[in-house]
Amino acid sequence: MTDLLDIATRVAGWAKDGEQVEAFVVHERETEVRAYEGEVESLTSAESQGIGVRVISDGKQGYAYAGTLDHDALEETLREARDNAGFAETDEFNGVASPDGVATANLELYREGLVSFPTDDKVALAIELERATRATDPRIAGIESAEYIDSLYESAVATSTGIASVTRETGCYLAAYALAEENGETQTGFGFSIGREPSDLDPSVAAQDAADRATRLLGSIKPPTERLTVVLDPWVTAQLLGIVGHTLTGDAVLKGRSLFAERMGEEVAAGAITLVDDATNPAAFTASMVDGEGLAIRSTPLISDGILSGFLHNSYSGRRSGTASTGSAARGGFKSAPGVGAHALALQPGDRQPSDLIAEIDDGFLVQGVAGLHSGVNPVSGDFSTGAEGLRIRNGELAEPIREVTIASTLQRLLQDVVAIGNDTEWLPMNAAGVTLVIADVTMSGA
Amino acid sequence: MLDHELINRTLSTALETGGEFAEVFAEDKRSSSAVFDDGRVEELTSGRDRGAGIRVVVGETTGFAHTADLSETGLANAARAAAAAARGGGRRTRSVAVSPIDVDRGPGARIPPEDVAKATKVGLLTLANEAARGEGAAISQVSARYGDSRRRILVANSDGVLAEDDQIRTLFSVSCVAAGDTGLQTGRESTGRTIGFELFDETDVEEMGRSAANRALTKLGARPAPSGAMPVVVGPGGGGVLFHEACGHGLEADLVAKSASVFAGRVGETVASPMVTLIDDGTMAGEWGHFTIDDEGRPAAHNVLIRDGVLTDYMWDHLRARKEGRPSSGNGRRQSYQHLPMVRMTNTYISNGSDEPADIIASTQSGVYVAQLGGGQVNTATGDFVFGMTEAYLIENGEITEPIREGNLIGNGPEVLTRIDALGNDFAMGSPGTCGKDGQGVPVGDGTPTLRVTSLTVGGTAA
Repeated sequence: MTDLLDIATRVAGWAKDGEQVEAFVVHERETEVRAYEGEVESLTSAESQGIGVRVISDGKQGYAYAGTLDHDALEETLREARDNAGFAETDEFNGVASPDGVATANLELYREGLVSFPTDDKVALAIELERATRATDPRIAGIESAEYIDSLYESAVATSTGIASVTRETGCYLAAYALAEENGETQTGFGFSIGREPSDLDPSVAAQDAADRATRLLGSIKPPTERLTVVLDPWVTAQLLGIVGHTLTGDAVLKGRSLFAERMGEEVAAGAITLVDDATNPAAFTASMVDGEGLAIRSTPLISDGILSGFLHNSYSGRRSGTASTGSAARGGFKSAPGVGAHALALQPGDRQPSDLIAEIDDGFLVQGVAGLHSGVNPVSGDFSTGAEGLRIRNGELAEPIREVTIASTLQRLLQDVVAIGNDTEWLPMNAAGVTLVIADVTMSGA
Repeated sequence: MLDHELINRTLSTALETGGEFAEVFAEDKRSSSAVFDDGRVEELTSGRDRGAGIRVVVGETTGFAHTADLSETGLANAARAAAAAARGGGRRTRSVAVSPIDVDRGPGARIPPEDVAKATKVGLLTLANEAARGEGAAISQVSARYGDSRRRILVANSDGVLAEDDQIRTLFSVSCVAAGDTGLQTGRESTGRTIGFELFDETDVEEMGRSAANRALTKLGARPAPSGAMPVVVGPGGGGVLFHEACGHGLEADLVAKSASVFAGRVGETVASPMVTLIDDGTMAGEWGHFTIDDEGRPAAHNVLIRDGVLTDYMWDHLRARKEGRPSSGNGRRQSYQHLPMVRMTNTYISNGSDEPADIIASTQSGVYVAQLGGGQVNTATGDFVFGMTEAYLIENGEITEPIREGNLIGNGPEVLTRIDALGNDFAMGSPGTCGKDGQGVPVGDGTPTLRVTSLTVGGTAA
């Protein structure tokens, strides 16, 4: 295929005098194998590419994209972005990124081991995952899905201001959704295994996790409403961190949509909380060398010992805040202009195992899954309410499973009410690491 | 979009390795949007996606490949890739001849988005912003978004089907932030229809701005939501999300076939209060989930899923229907040519009951009235579902009283369906939604009259 950076620099080079142009070019190959009852249910082999062009002229921004890299489409996309800019309004802080001298970390994110992995072996992994999941426990009565997914992703960003960056990453994962059944009751659980190449993957881990999560909930009841201590399992904590990260973006802060906007330097969380966004950590599934505007990824402290210490910025929000980009431009593909977002959030872990933390709780709730974070959490007001399921904790031990409850508080209070953090940091297929988190005084709403 | 002979040759290539069924889905989609935020027209975006997805089925296996290259070579390569994925039938030659199916196209869009000047679209945003800010100094931020899309699709398969559709959708939303002593609150209003720019003949964007602003302002004085199980009255329109989650997904035949639905094996049984008649209807012209043909070339249909509380049928796509030897119900949909189709809802609604809405509220001693719902989520295997309330009030002694803060409600689908004890005569469609399933989003509509559930768990913090 044609070199992506060549295409991006060519388009950026078409900028007229007094105009800034940024071209973002993507090429991705994906394979997805779904297994069901020992057979391939579906096998998708996908190759996609596209370009997104941002034009800034007189402080006005326009964007356009095309799902092809044909020469004609490149010119048309630039023309369209330029035309769009003419209808926007001037913002003196609009602009693409410029080279800022920060060196790019050298991460090994591209593995030949994935590129050369034969399709037949991908199929075998998916089928093995399904078989292993069914075999873990006689109560596993079915599988909602068992899949192998991989991606070979390449992108380039070039600007008329001199940015020229490329990134090339491989990634793959196995995911199983198991159905456990007993006495006419069904419960579900998922498990996964992630890596940069197939040799990182372990179907037995994904299978066991999925089965454990499902069978553990069998016999669950809907408990009465009460306030208690909740223990978030790493999967749930990572999702919570994703929401917190959103409230710490320069975009939310500048536009009055962050509950932390005026609180820099203040105590916003329990002293145990130190939160960093650091996608230069190669262990992160979302590790990356450059951000969505082509600047080097770097480590940004956000909360230090409970004190709010930083916000995330892309070049626009950095410029407008009187600081600079923190390398946090985030893209949701080539169809939209870069926004601001966390790349790889992680809490500094504590020094104790989750089981030791649970042993100290008289009356608690180990939350293993949440539902409706998108519908019951408002990151602007901080209202937090989510469906939850998991295990009751009584006198320091895991007790009966519970379901069909919500847990509710506010984001502000949740962060203040953290009483302990586990030592079990685990990178997950999202922009945050998981770790066991113990939070006091949360309302569990049930029967 | 593609020449008939080219389609026939592509399908034959796809069947070369012994496929039993092959399909070409071609799509050409243009989208545009304009965003107003923070006091200015922030950005306009436009784009085009064009390509084809090719599917080959052998036995229980589906092979799928897609390409942005609609030339003979590009299509042949994708056809071979899909065929290789579903190999196993041995080599053979099978010729295919497709012919167009006859469908009622309806009136279609009166004003296609490409006929409207960008400046006109942008002008709507400014109007909405001004109206919203005019509602009070406490309105601290306003964003407004205009979006349109024109999606032309062509579906052809080895059963000889050839169908095309031209789907035009227009969307407008306003989101406000209000700042007060209690912090920040938000309010949102959105409308979306499967029509062109004539949407704005019937939609007053200034009224939308005022309504979004007032939602945010009202919530500045909101109390923490209660916790625990209680009667919940859902206003007209909004309850569609409840049914979408409580049972809609559970009636999708792909989940039923894997026993991943609490409604598996229950056709003919009473699953809901006798007041409930649930319909999924892709033919509702203009509604957000409307289309003429689905993404497998099947005409949209009016499907009764629950009649007077009795489960009558599931929703079907081509693959599940083929296995059962029955026709698809026109529910095979996909996000784009880069995705495999699966069973999806269209416009899902509960038809009118006979109660007066005011009587439903007056006969509720204490509980919660939900005026606007956010999204939701369901675990179809257990039936447990949540949905968010973005505008809600307490009901005290039969009257709507104070506003409450946002949160989720949680319930179990089969239980909640039997607990509906009042259904109003004020049917309305709800806000346009994007339904997510297996990572694919498709536009869906929903609607209900005012209704009451005798007991649902409200996920607040107050005692």
